[in-house]
Amino acid sequence: MKFDRTCIAIVGLAVVLLIAGPLLPAWAVSLANVSLCLGTVVLGMMLLMRTGLVSFGHGLYYCLGAYAAGTLENLVKVSDIALMVLAGAAVTAVVSGLLGLLLSRYREIFFAMLSLAFSMILYGLLVKSAALGSTDGFNISAKTLAGFAVDGDSRRVVLYSIAVIVTLGSALLLHLYLSSHRGRLAGAIRDNELRVEYMGASVRATIHVNYVISAVLAGIGGALMAVNIGHIDPEMAYWPQSGEFVFVAILSGTGSVFAPLAGALVFETIRSFAYEYSPNTWQMVLGITMLLVILFLPGGLWSIFKRRKAG
Amino acid sequence: MATILDAKGLNKSFGAVTAAKDIHVAVEADSIVGLIGSNGAGKTTFINMVTGYLKPDTGSIVFNGRDITALRPRNITRLGICRSFQIPQLFNSMTVGENLLVGVGIVAGTGGGWAAAGATASSPAAVVDTMLDRFGLGHVRDRQAGLLPEGTRKLLDIAMAMVVQPRILLLDEPTSGVSADEKFTLMDMVMAAVRESRVTVLFVEHDMEIVERYTQRILAFYEGRIIADGVPSHVLADPEVRRYVIGEHVPAAEGTAGHA
Repeated sequence: MKFDRTCIAIVGLAVVLLIAGPLLPAWAVSLANVSLCLGTVVLGMMLLMRTGLVSFGHGLYYCLGAYAAGTLENLVKVSDIALMVLAGAAVTAVVSGLLGLLLSRYREIFFAMLSLAFSMILYGLLVKSAALGSTDGFNISAKTLAGFAVDGDSRRVVLYSIAVIVTLGSALLLHLYLSSHRGRLAGAIRDNELRVEYMGASVRATIHVNYVISAVLAGIGGALMAVNIGHIDPEMAYWPQSGEFVFVAILSGTGSVFAPLAGALVFETIRSFAYEYSPNTWQMVLGITMLLVILFLPGGLWSIFKRRKAG
Repeated sequence: MATILDAKGLNKSFGAVTAAKDIHVAVEADSIVGLIGSNGAGKTTFINMVTGYLKPDTGSIVFNGRDITALRPRNITRLGICRSFQIPQLFNSMTVGENLLVGVGIVAGTGGGWAAAGATASSPAAVVDTMLDRFGLGHVRDRQAGLLPEGTRKLLDIAMAMVVQPRILLLDEPTSGVSADEKFTLMDMVMAAVRESRVTVLFVEHDMEIVERYTQRILAFYEGRIIADGVPSHVLADPEVRRYVIGEHVPAAEGTAGHA
């Protein structure tokens, strides 16, 4: 691992975003906030896609992260944002560690559908759980950060700053991982599992590790989103939510850790404006966007930067 | 010289087809052994059993005093047995340098006894540079592996097996698909690299010129059995080898006498 230009760019971007936060209009802060939460989940999707896997069930971890954060507040009465996000990461690490034992045996459509099946099991359980609000879910308030109250006019900017630090911190760590020897195995596994085994590395163990990292990122994203929105419901585990993550991952591309962040921002911007100006056909706008990306940028939005660099 | 690989009584069948029948082979360290035989004779099955891809129905394989019969391919690789493939197995979307870097990373990450000090003492980039020089691949370092010509792909495939610092290297038809002009250059390069690293080599080959020129010992396979084992001049003159492996017409009496 080494601190390269990408690392410097991530730190620089974080500083710029943190400084810009208080200066941005409220709608822009909200948009950036949601984009950062989504970007964190898609960072994990990117890691899986680099390993040659697509999960249609990452809503499972997104929802688990959110419910872990919410349950910590509602049942244990801990409403510190940092602890809630940590709870989301911890619960998803444990669950993905267990499910990964099974999922790391499967590839392609079997991996995708099995991951979808697990997310739908969670959805079914939550819908039937009256203690967790059933289909309505429940509200959370997340009142403090390290003991300091987070409320009033500054709450939006504080939550945004937390999202910037957590998301770009995750991007930095993921970049360092992908630059490491173990991280480099992701692309090798996607290309040729047989050769990886015959070079002495365990394909299943690597996939398992990458799956857990990916799930933890989804859990963190879910916890952050829950804190930001202030509400949790089982829809977070429902299949369209998982489909949205795949959508944004394809839209973004897997060329860099910046891709999921840029892709999430583009996606949320298009969705917000499409919903505002075309409330009955906003899904069509997103569909056409995806069609154009697949036709003209099959490597995702990030390939624009790659082409410029190559040129 | 000490025995580094000892296969005893290997048998392997696929339904009614016998791919290996009572194979006994002891290979000395630092030797270069050629495996010859027609298609389906059992050469690749032998290599697949030694590298853990196939498990023998009966028999045992001992490497450096340790029974490796039941081990997985990656564990056998970690002990020091590596292989190349008849169809090169590369990371096609990566560059040549990155292909080798993956191997260096695996050695560095595992760090066990199989990773000799040389690999971990140098920086990963330096190890990659050394391998590129040794195999004459420096000029294609930044080329995508999937776009290389077949001869270069073969070389890279062998370099990838060598980068993980094996004690035994098994090459499955290293010159197949390589032009007649290139095959000796390729083998010269491979053998120079092997000698430098003091690696024991077993290679499957159909080209008798290559086998005669580069091996110290030949194992001739026919219908899952070893029908001749010895120095090249002796094995290649064997009537059974001439009839069943090389495809010459040998009078039955001579063949029988030779077999006896």
